[in-house]
Amino acid sequence: MRLDLSLEQKEARQRFRAFVREHIAPYAGQWDRDHRVPVEAIERVRACGYLAAPHPQRQGGPLDQITYGLLTEEIGRGCSSVRSLLTVHDMVSLAIWRWGNAEVKAEFGAGTAAGAILCALALSEPQAGSDASAVAVEAVADGEGYRLTGRKKWVTFGQIADLFLVLAKCEQQPTAFLVPADAAGLTRIAMKSVVGTRASLLAELVLEGCRVPKHHLIGRIGFGLSHVIGTALDHGRYSVAWGSVGIAQACLEASVEYAEERRQFGRPIAEHQLVQRKLTEMIASTRAARLLCYHAGYLREVQDPGAAAETSLAKYFASRAAVRAANDAVQIHGANGLTEEYNVERYLRDAKVTEIIEGSTEIQQTTIPRLRFAEL
Amino acid sequence: MEDRKARIKFFLSKWFRDYQLRDDEDIFALGFVNSLLAIQLLAFLEREFGVTIEDQDLDFDNFRTLNGMDALLHRKTNVVRSPG
Repeated sequence: MRLDLSLEQKEARQRFRAFVREHIAPYAGQWDRDHRVPVEAIERVRACGYLAAPHPQRQGGPLDQITYGLLTEEIGRGCSSVRSLLTVHDMVSLAIWRWGNAEVKAEFGAGTAAGAILCALALSEPQAGSDASAVAVEAVADGEGYRLTGRKKWVTFGQIADLFLVLAKCEQQPTAFLVPADAAGLTRIAMKSVVGTRASLLAELVLEGCRVPKHHLIGRIGFGLSHVIGTALDHGRYSVAWGSVGIAQACLEASVEYAEERRQFGRPIAEHQLVQRKLTEMIASTRAARLLCYHAGYLREVQDPGAAAETSLAKYFASRAAVRAANDAVQIHGANGLTEEYNVERYLRDAKVTEIIEGSTEIQQTTIPRLRFAEL
Repeated sequence: MEDRKARIKFFLSKWFRDYQLRDDEDIFALGFVNSLLAIQLLAFLEREFGVTIEDQDLDFDNFRTLNGMDALLHRKTNVVRSPG
């Protein structure tokens, strides 16, 4: 067994790192304060081919799962809001590619693969979060299409997305639909009160008899949650796992830099044992999280049936590692860690999001023991 | 046919443990199925039998029983093998 990146993967990581260093990291704090990733930044991400990077129709070919993970980590290290854009766009575009009919693929395939048509997932509702099967948005057949009525919440990048994958109840069964942002009867309302990934342009969607054509039903009636959204969330967990590694790595680097400069009691705090203990925990858990992500990535690359289970495990561990790292990073920074002058307070708020989205920590804790792993 | 069903049954045994699944038994009704099983079962069927499950295959009867899954695989592999 050899655990090493290929030369191409190492070179790709360097490119991703350079891109983030120049175009994302220096601005992430301001974007967070502005509650907005600017369109220009999104366009730069799109122009580099970083949206829908693992999509089979991507120009130049899809990134392999490991390289995609490296991209996600580097983006996440710079800005979790930008990383969440990749998460939602990629998981919806891949679900469309996987389960869309020929008409849908002809209409949206190339555009979503290029990131020219921005996608978002409209799954959660005010009364349906972890219990996704409790969605209340209703879809009723109407001539040559369906009319959707209800409300969605927590739609990441919902303020600017062009296309939504919506989970609704059709004939009382969970069913997925594509809803263009300009569909009549769809209203989006900006959500401004979130404290994590603040720049991710969250929205609520109000659907009032919003009509979509028949071919916008993705998959089949009754398979919307288990297969269509299931495919999307499986990818989402992989993305969030790597994004969490990015947060943890950012916390580690920020903490080492601060601890080596900050002096108390006549010496750098990096020489104080309890700070060393925190740094050691950060190093170990970030490495461990990354290794779990590598393992999940390898299994996804070879299409091993156990990949989804390993991906859940990676997301569970990495998100908790990110929260611990961010909590300790703020502690190491002391009062400075509670100001916007340092990035660690943003890392803590963004880390907390990763424990809640794409299957909360508690859902993972009750699901993982029942999953099929190749070996425990 | 029996080999296919035996291989699927072995894969599902990780969820069913000591339960002896019959060929005509509804795996959804038994209560062992969790939300990730759909994704893992898909990945298994595609990789193990070299087929691609598509949107037109999404019918509960295709996945409800060992007989159903075997019939789906039979249709998909026979379509691949039939002369054009």
